[in-house]
Amino acid sequence: MSTITFSTGGMMVAVMALTTYFIRVTPLALFNKKLESQWIKDFMYYIPFCVLSAMTFPDVLFSTKSLTSGIIATVVALLLSWRKHSLVTVALAAVIAAVIVELAMPYILAW
Amino acid sequence: MTSKSIGLGYIPVSFTFGLVAVQMGFSPWLAVFISLTNLASAGQFAGIRLIEGGASVIELCMTTLVINLRYFLMSLTLTQKIAPKMALWKRCIIAFGVTDEIFVLASIQKKDVQFPFYAGLMTLPIVGWTLGTFLGAFAAELLPPIIQACMGIALYCMFIALIVPPATDDRFVLVAVLISIAMSCMFKYVPGINVISQNGGGWSMIISAVAAAAICATFLKRKNTVTDQGKEAEA
Repeated sequence: MSTITFSTGGMMVAVMALTTYFIRVTPLALFNKKLESQWIKDFMYYIPFCVLSAMTFPDVLFSTKSLTSGIIATVVALLLSWRKHSLVTVALAAVIAAVIVELAMPYILAW
Repeated sequence: MTSKSIGLGYIPVSFTFGLVAVQMGFSPWLAVFISLTNLASAGQFAGIRLIEGGASVIELCMTTLVINLRYFLMSLTLTQKIAPKMALWKRCIIAFGVTDEIFVLASIQKKDVQFPFYAGLMTLPIVGWTLGTFLGAFAAELLPPIIQACMGIALYCMFIALIVPPATDDRFVLVAVLISIAMSCMFKYVPGINVISQNGGGWSMIISAVAAAAICATFLKRKNTVTDQGKEAEA
């Protein structure tokens, strides 16, 4: 059942879209210079990795039905991405691992 | 890598976005609309989490700003790359198509990038991104509940796949990532300051990421800073 529709969430979605467009259009529309500051360049270099890791941890562990499957799927994802597998492979393998753990859980607990 | 392969590559990611958004309670068409108007993966995923969590407009704005800050740098780099006399309205159109992959494709061109070229480049990725969301949003109810319950982890695992390779290749990135994670955990678990991670955790993410990047930019001097965006991960 959808609880967030155009009428309830449309305004927030518009805010999001406008902010994103604002970031992209400002330099292209206004600037014509080269970026000089090394600090800013370095900061910009680190930012994507920092953002993604702060978004992922610790929340990833709680993103499935149980903590056990969350931890196991996270380990699977870490190993596969360490071996440089593609985004889609890593994501699919983690989902499959989580589903298997969830399916096996009742049996393991009963045993 | 061509425009077509970017478009195809976007489909699984946006499929997951559609699926996750609908599970969170977004209507399928609103999910499609988000993809069509934002064209930003990590930004969209964070955005729906914040909206669902009931975050304020300011928090949503700030989070979107920080997550998508890299587009600013790409757009800035593009100003050096596009035909100098390109009209303002044309610049305003191609600005919408500044994503990690499209940017990389445009920046490896030898000549100045002309408007028709960039406009052509961004078309299929936009179609792929929107179409994938549509498919995911409408497939959401067809998947068995146990798979649905585990799909949410797909997004985080894609983030892991984006972070781990550069972190193993570049020790500075590893340090940045670990500081960011440590702060994010602190904001979640340390009593008193864990109020910060309410409503989807926008502030927690902003403070952790900005502080970690600032610390690393100050103390870890990188040697070769030729345009790194090419190597930077899709996010």
